[in-house]
Amino acid sequence: MGSRASTLLREEEIEEIKKETGFSHSQITRLYSRFTSLDKGENGTLSREDFQRIPELAINPLGDRIINAFFPEGEDQVNFRGFMRTLAHFRPIEDNEKSKNPTASEPLNSRTNKLLFAFRLYDLDRDDKISRDELLQVLRMMVGVNISDEQLGSIADRTIQEADTNGDNSISFNEFIKVLEKVDVEQKMSIRFLH
Amino acid sequence: MAALWTLPLLLSARLLGCLALTPPDELPQPHNLPPSLGFNISHGGPSVDLPMALRVFSVDYHHVQAPFEIVLWIMLASLAKLGFHWSGRVPAVVPESCVLIMVGLLVGGVIYGVRHSAPPTLSADAFFLFLLPPIVLDAGYFLPGRLFFENLGTILWYAVLGTLWNVLGIGLSLYGVCLLAQSSLGDVSLLHCLLFGSLIAAVDPVAVLSVFQEMHVNEQLHILVFGESLLNDAVTVVLYKLFESFLRLPSVSGLDVLLGGCRVVVVGLGGLCVGLFFGLVAALTSRFTSKAQVIAPLFVFLYSYLSYLTSEMLHLSGIMAIVTCAVTMKQYVEANVSEHSNTSIQYFLKMWSSVSETLIFIFLGVSTIQDVHMWSWPFVCSTLLLCLIWRATGVLLLTAVVNKLRRNAVTFRDQFIIAYGGLRGAICFSLVFLIDDFPKKRLFITTTIVVILFTVFVQGMTIKPLVELLDVKRKKRALPTVSEEIHSRLIDHLLAGIEDVVGYWGQHYWKDKFEQFNKKYLRRFLIREDHQARSSILRVYQELERREQRGDEEAPPLVDPRSHSRLLLPEEMDSIRRILSRNLQNFNNKQTPAYSRHTLHQDATTDRTRKPLHRHQSLGERRTHWPQQWYHNSDSVTLELNALSRVLAVCSISPRPVLQDSSATAQTGPADPRPAGDDQVSPQHQVPAGRTPKKQLSFVLENEKQQ
Repeated sequence: MGSRASTLLREEEIEEIKKETGFSHSQITRLYSRFTSLDKGENGTLSREDFQRIPELAINPLGDRIINAFFPEGEDQVNFRGFMRTLAHFRPIEDNEKSKNPTASEPLNSRTNKLLFAFRLYDLDRDDKISRDELLQVLRMMVGVNISDEQLGSIADRTIQEADTNGDNSISFNEFIKVLEKVDVEQKMSIRFLH
Repeated sequence: MAALWTLPLLLSARLLGCLALTPPDELPQPHNLPPSLGFNISHGGPSVDLPMALRVFSVDYHHVQAPFEIVLWIMLASLAKLGFHWSGRVPAVVPESCVLIMVGLLVGGVIYGVRHSAPPTLSADAFFLFLLPPIVLDAGYFLPGRLFFENLGTILWYAVLGTLWNVLGIGLSLYGVCLLAQSSLGDVSLLHCLLFGSLIAAVDPVAVLSVFQEMHVNEQLHILVFGESLLNDAVTVVLYKLFESFLRLPSVSGLDVLLGGCRVVVVGLGGLCVGLFFGLVAALTSRFTSKAQVIAPLFVFLYSYLSYLTSEMLHLSGIMAIVTCAVTMKQYVEANVSEHSNTSIQYFLKMWSSVSETLIFIFLGVSTIQDVHMWSWPFVCSTLLLCLIWRATGVLLLTAVVNKLRRNAVTFRDQFIIAYGGLRGAICFSLVFLIDDFPKKRLFITTTIVVILFTVFVQGMTIKPLVELLDVKRKKRALPTVSEEIHSRLIDHLLAGIEDVVGYWGQHYWKDKFEQFNKKYLRRFLIREDHQARSSILRVYQELERREQRGDEEAPPLVDPRSHSRLLLPEEMDSIRRILSRNLQNFNNKQTPAYSRHTLHQDATTDRTRKPLHRHQSLGERRTHWPQQWYHNSDSVTLELNALSRVLAVCSISPRPVLQDSSATAQTGPADPRPAGDDQVSPQHQVPAGRTPKKQLSFVLENEKQQ
């Protein structure tokens, strides 16, 4: 497995991914072997079925949306670059990165980008707003069948009320950021990628 | 509930007979025996001479002596506690433990002055068998599970390695001091020093709890210190017994040391298994208590205590057993027993642990006054210094290592508090009395007392100002908003999914796996059939009902979708949170339970401004605080009722058990004051005009309709 990985992944690619995502060399190779083990068709890309084969993901209430998040708009296949780009959102924020070049574009794992990722889980139609229906859909997925529609509706309404500052009855990205300002997102949305 | 009291009282009466406080009018019995293990049963002197003629009025003190004295001590403790809370500014400055020790010192001094001999002392058996279990049980039952398991690795790291570091460090350096001061301390051997180190190094859960609960530091810090103090019991017990047995052996070989190491593991895991076993059996028993609900709380206490006694019998760690037992059985018992029983359990736990803790501190004070003290400046001072130094260095080193593996680093401020918050308490005290007699034992006793008093007084009193000075991150006062809850859950699910994609078996993975196992096997086996889905919305409405019966006059938690007020009623927040926590899959309730000895409900409950929603016409002036829709919109009431009935239909659980529950407890619970009180309150609520009774009646009617 290791040898196959290293021959198929060229050094220049690793360097590029490193620059774009901030992962270390060993992390990239390790994730590449994971990528290839998921890639049953062995064509260098993952399809939705490949993801759905992961057993725990199938029972995750948000499984489908998470899978969707890996695929760029309208496409059905994701290559290794795209895979890494998505996973880069979950890299822990290191202290030495914080004081880096302020003019450079924000790294993928910044707080804003993490929140944007979560926001996009709600906002399927990409209109930059979480409408009441979108919120209800996600709530229903997370909550299961034990709650009536009305009860769920009230919860959704309350959620929107708490966030909505401009009265358009939906949550914009800025309102979303504001609501979660007290939550330690950097820590919650990070995975320790083993070296 | 009277039965519950007599049993332990009788048991303790027998054992605590040594604590006999001879009344002044008695012939002074010479109590010259060393107060250490006082197993002498007091015969109390000759009884009152019975004259030949029949007496109309007579006093027979000896008949009731033992229980009388015990009750007097408990009364003293409780009155001291009351006085403490009524004394104005004192609670803000001095932690409760300090005041209690001072009271104990006072009482001890008085007794000494009156009788010119040592006052009764805390016997080690009484402490370990009767006073310690309630406190640890209370701590275990209200342990914030999720936080604890998230930090389990760090806690174990501190508990095991930290204690080892401290024990060896203090023991060896003390030996060095003894070697240096050959003249006075020459006869203290290395093993003695190590033994002393093992008992003085352990952080005490009782002291930590009582000081930290008033500080409200951030939960992570609290759980680290507290978890460590609980789990280091295994290491302490083993090391203590190990060194004690080494003292008795003619020689010590390397094999013995190795065996000692194995024993740590056995003791810890053994305690865990015993606790697990009893916890599961208790959960199973609680499943069948529907017909005899009054004694359901009894099982919780009996099984926990049994687990403690069993593991003590097998020389395993009793503290670990009882904590595991409590943690295991909690969720199943709560689902199985009625609301009243749940409340009873919680209140009794709090009460017992409160009394125990108070008694422990008072006795610590009383036992300080005795004539077995032996002072030695170098020994005492160096012990104090070494304890502080070794703890500080230990925490620093261990944290440096563990921070590399943690997501959330332990900051320097937190480290300082962890090191400074290592309070010693009654466990050290009892252990030092249990040492086999040797020439310098009295020195050890004195030193232990000094260390305990120092840590409790100096460190206990100064830690609160230090926390504020250093601006340590405090507990989040406000409960999270609904948005935060929902979005946090979303993020949790997201992270679990990403971990699956990456193939990383992180925390979320194991949590998921456990929850699935729990749902599939454990819950089905251990929870009553008709309560299986109780973890659903039914709880919300029962909570509602319970609150109304208690007369809190809180608003119904349902949100009126038509009201566009921004006010977040705490009660409705609570219910929404409850709905979310019960229903959002796979993640435990994040509510941190109350640590406070004095309140049962969460701190935040008292922090939120309680805005009772008075429905009576007479209190009209309060209405202005509330949006008018809330009061006058009768449609909202119907809406709520409709939602209620619809939800109940959806749940397809007959509401019958709910009603039967409360009525059954009302009938069968004469001894239990709480349900009786509640049932007296609720009929009263039926009478006055207002929306509460109407709603309740309607609720009843709705239920009838659905039959």
